[in-house]
Amino acid sequence: MARARGLGSAHTGVSEWWRQRLTAVALVPLCLWFGASLISLTGADHAHFAAWMAEPLHAVGLLLVIGAASYHLKVGLDVVIEDYVHTEWAKVTLLVVNGFGAVTMAAVSAFAVLKLAL
Amino acid sequence: MVAFTLPKNSRVGTGKTYRAPAGAKRVRRFRVYRWNPDDGANPVMDTFELDLDQCGPMVLDALIKIKDEVDASLTFRRSCREGVCGSCAMNVDGTNTLACVKHIDEIQGDVMVYPLPHLKVVKDLVGDMTAFFAQYASVQPWLQAESAAPQARERLQSPEDRAKLDGLWECILCACCSTSCPSYWWNGEKFLGPATLLQSYRWIVDSRDENTGERLDYLEDPHRLYRCHTIMNCTATCPKGLNPAKAISEIKKLIVERRS
Repeated sequence: MARARGLGSAHTGVSEWWRQRLTAVALVPLCLWFGASLISLTGADHAHFAAWMAEPLHAVGLLLVIGAASYHLKVGLDVVIEDYVHTEWAKVTLLVVNGFGAVTMAAVSAFAVLKLAL
Repeated sequence: MVAFTLPKNSRVGTGKTYRAPAGAKRVRRFRVYRWNPDDGANPVMDTFELDLDQCGPMVLDALIKIKDEVDASLTFRRSCREGVCGSCAMNVDGTNTLACVKHIDEIQGDVMVYPLPHLKVVKDLVGDMTAFFAQYASVQPWLQAESAAPQARERLQSPEDRAKLDGLWECILCACCSTSCPSYWWNGEKFLGPATLLQSYRWIVDSRDENTGERLDYLEDPHRLYRCHTIMNCTATCPKGLNPAKAISEIKKLIVERRS
């Protein structure tokens, strides 16, 4: 029984679960728009691409894609790590690396968009 | 890391073959997992040939016949032989089920019989259920109410509220679902598993129970509840036709609902 009860309930999990689903729903239209945009820009030169990105609507759309995708990626990979990695130090290290990686990726991507858009 | 292969001392070898009696017409081969904790050997698959004309229709009938007439050391749990006690849960033909309600005729080719997956084997087809039952007890599966019970009669429930328990009360805790769940295989120490979660939901949704909040508190945890990734092996394998995956998603919905 002591093993079954363990350290007790963490009283969390619902936020991550809910936000993972929320970002998944958000990513459906965002990814469709992003994919369609990339296809329509096939063969465009750098100037054309930069001009497209500078449109406020396009820049905001890209920032939303970056935000939702990074968060979704972070939460999803956390779950995979918790599922399969059972050595405590390795698990904690990977979770930290995943968190830092997702934030860095989001920051770099957002910076790239803003640099072209502003 | 998660272990994807069997450790050396669990690799399964080939065991003995027991031939069908001469003159047998409808011969069927039963390949049964054997492991004895006392002989220090690896597990093996023994092969028993049975004459189906001399045997009952269910897989459990075959196992009982083997134990009675061929090898008395074959070890398995069984009691009611009609799908209400949950004792003879095992992996038959690749699916967790109750041997007593599994027709031999439904199975193509050799009948493969293993213990439930990912339980520590006690002997042959008997798995160690200690942790499983401790997890079940941990959700306090009994009616909890502060209101005093009526003096002269039981606590009443409307037919509609009673109907909410259908599909839940039938669970016999055979552990087919929990031991078919990959999340339970990898994290069975912390994840409560589909059987225990369905049983917990049975009390959460009971109109007479007043500890719904405390029950949800106990479950609201990244491991106890949210290790469920809706793989649905539980629902696919349940020999009683229940839907633990739905019960789990109802719990998740209630926890979202009470936040907003």
